[in-house]
Amino acid sequence: MAEADYPTRHIVTDILVIGGGTAGPLAAIKAKTRNPALKVLLLDKANVKRAGAIAEGMDSVNNAVIPGHATPKQYVKEITIANDGIVNQASIHAYAVRSHDMIRELDSWGVKFEKDETGDYAVKKVHHMGAYVLPMPEGYAVKKVIYKQIRKQGVDVTNRLIATRLLLAKDGSVAGAMTLDSRSGEFVVIRAKAVVLCTGAAGRLGLPASGYLFGTYENPTNAGDGYSMAYHAGAELSGLECFQINPLIKDYNGPACAYVTGPFGGFTVNAKGERFIKSDYWSGQMMLEFWRELEGGNGPVFLKLDHLAEETVTRIENILHITERPTRGRFHEGRHTDYRSDLVEMHISEIGLCGGHSASGVWVDENARTTVPRLYAAGDLCNVAHNYMLGAMVFGAIAGADAAELYGEGPLPEIDEAQIEVERQRVYAPLRRQEGLEAEQVEYKLRRMVNDYLQPPKVTRKMEIGLDRFAEIRADLEHIKAGNPHELMRAMEVFAILDCAELAAHASLYRTESRWGLYHYRPDHAERDDANWFCFVEVRKGADGRPEVFRRPVPDYIVPVGEDERNAYNELRVEAAQ
Amino acid sequence: MSRPASPSVIVDHSKCIANKGCRTCIDSCPTDILAIDHEGRVIMAYDQCWYCLPCEHDCPTGAIKVEIPYLLR
Repeated sequence: MAEADYPTRHIVTDILVIGGGTAGPLAAIKAKTRNPALKVLLLDKANVKRAGAIAEGMDSVNNAVIPGHATPKQYVKEITIANDGIVNQASIHAYAVRSHDMIRELDSWGVKFEKDETGDYAVKKVHHMGAYVLPMPEGYAVKKVIYKQIRKQGVDVTNRLIATRLLLAKDGSVAGAMTLDSRSGEFVVIRAKAVVLCTGAAGRLGLPASGYLFGTYENPTNAGDGYSMAYHAGAELSGLECFQINPLIKDYNGPACAYVTGPFGGFTVNAKGERFIKSDYWSGQMMLEFWRELEGGNGPVFLKLDHLAEETVTRIENILHITERPTRGRFHEGRHTDYRSDLVEMHISEIGLCGGHSASGVWVDENARTTVPRLYAAGDLCNVAHNYMLGAMVFGAIAGADAAELYGEGPLPEIDEAQIEVERQRVYAPLRRQEGLEAEQVEYKLRRMVNDYLQPPKVTRKMEIGLDRFAEIRADLEHIKAGNPHELMRAMEVFAILDCAELAAHASLYRTESRWGLYHYRPDHAERDDANWFCFVEVRKGADGRPEVFRRPVPDYIVPVGEDERNAYNELRVEAAQ
Repeated sequence: MSRPASPSVIVDHSKCIANKGCRTCIDSCPTDILAIDHEGRVIMAYDQCWYCLPCEHDCPTGAIKVEIPYLLR
């Protein structure tokens, strides 16, 4: 079909939520409950019922702050230390004080959390210091439970729309989004009074060791679209040098998962069968020890479960082979791995950007507001360190309610129509080409270069070369061709992946120290340098259209951290294994 | 890109009711890789599978089996 065959359709709503995974549904529900008179539209490039990182559910809450087990202040302190001090405590505190209420609300909707014989939530200890892990025995059903609430509240839902750029109002605020229907090929322009971006991590950044483009740790639909859209709308992106790297089942590339197996007695060992880390909680510092073990001659690294009782292993299988990544069992079967008798070989994931697991995302304050008026970000996309699934829900809820309150009753912002035609031209260009590059090939090359030049240890000269290669690939984007709307969607994702790669390189080069263990390990600047780098590194689109990198001070702490506590996460190695 | 030679999503066409209008697996796939071919049968049209299982779990007749993609196996 020719481009002219794909018409432009217009939608007007009050609040637009982009991303139907974890944060998005809560944003939509809470916008609607705050003001039921508003039109709230929840959009996803997949199907909201099965969208996002928890399409097949989740096995536990990683960061439950429940009275009797932990206080918000303890949690804020734990995450501050785990993230080497570079946090906005106000936003972490905003999550922590709402954590218990969110669990109780989900409980009332029908999400099952593990309880002890007295009916109290059965919290487990996995973190280095406090206890925050709450198992979800029927966690496979979490999306279904939330979807019922979406319907009950009267949220409008639209599927298979991929947002490519945000609409800007004449005053520079955000006024909606421009999207492509990946089935019909229609160009859909959505005007709104406020937009909540909940598009997840940039999970298709590094190439998995398997070489399979879609064999990523993150749901591969999370290609970094939100990072790219926020950047082009002028928003400030934060901590893009604090990569996400996770310890995963080798080749399968899914979590093992320490949050599930740890409380049952599972732990990580090296090739000698020895423990080498004190805590399996995912932090950059833990990943550095993991990487050293893999690279230093003591690897491979394994998850050890073979010492556990039969009934314990069966319970673990009944979680790991049913929830979150349920093909784990099939993978182990294919490799003839039985938890009862075999160790599970582990590896480290490709790099990604993620607020929820590390601390790389769109800058938001404690109200989930970005630096651009009328634009919110929540979930893995926003930089609220280690916020995970429950944090995504809480920040989605904060964003939705705040957007409804501030903008719901106001006027629709005025826009300049010219931007619509500019974006139409950009989006449909690959369809117009008879000859050109396959999006898949460009993506493969780009992500291989990301591995070659950005994967820690981050070497200055390598990252500089990487930026040269990325610039060449940017020129290649003008030659990508697509044969149908599906291929066009994949082509537009490559644009977003390239934006993320370039921004991550610029942020990484700017911070001339090492921090967050493996996440920002720079052998050229091997030490942590608090005198110069106790700050956020931020990127935004400069006046010249190029990335502008700058420092943002760490806001004053609400919860002080003592000198004797601040290095707790740098002391994760088991001494005997050194 | 061309259709994968060894698809990880296997459809048992004797159980599949796509001919009665069912589109459940096609609607649930996060990466939108399932489609109807010229003979009206469900196929894996793109090698972009996250081996995540909504297609298999949501299928009303148990016609789908997802395998681990060869490169990861």
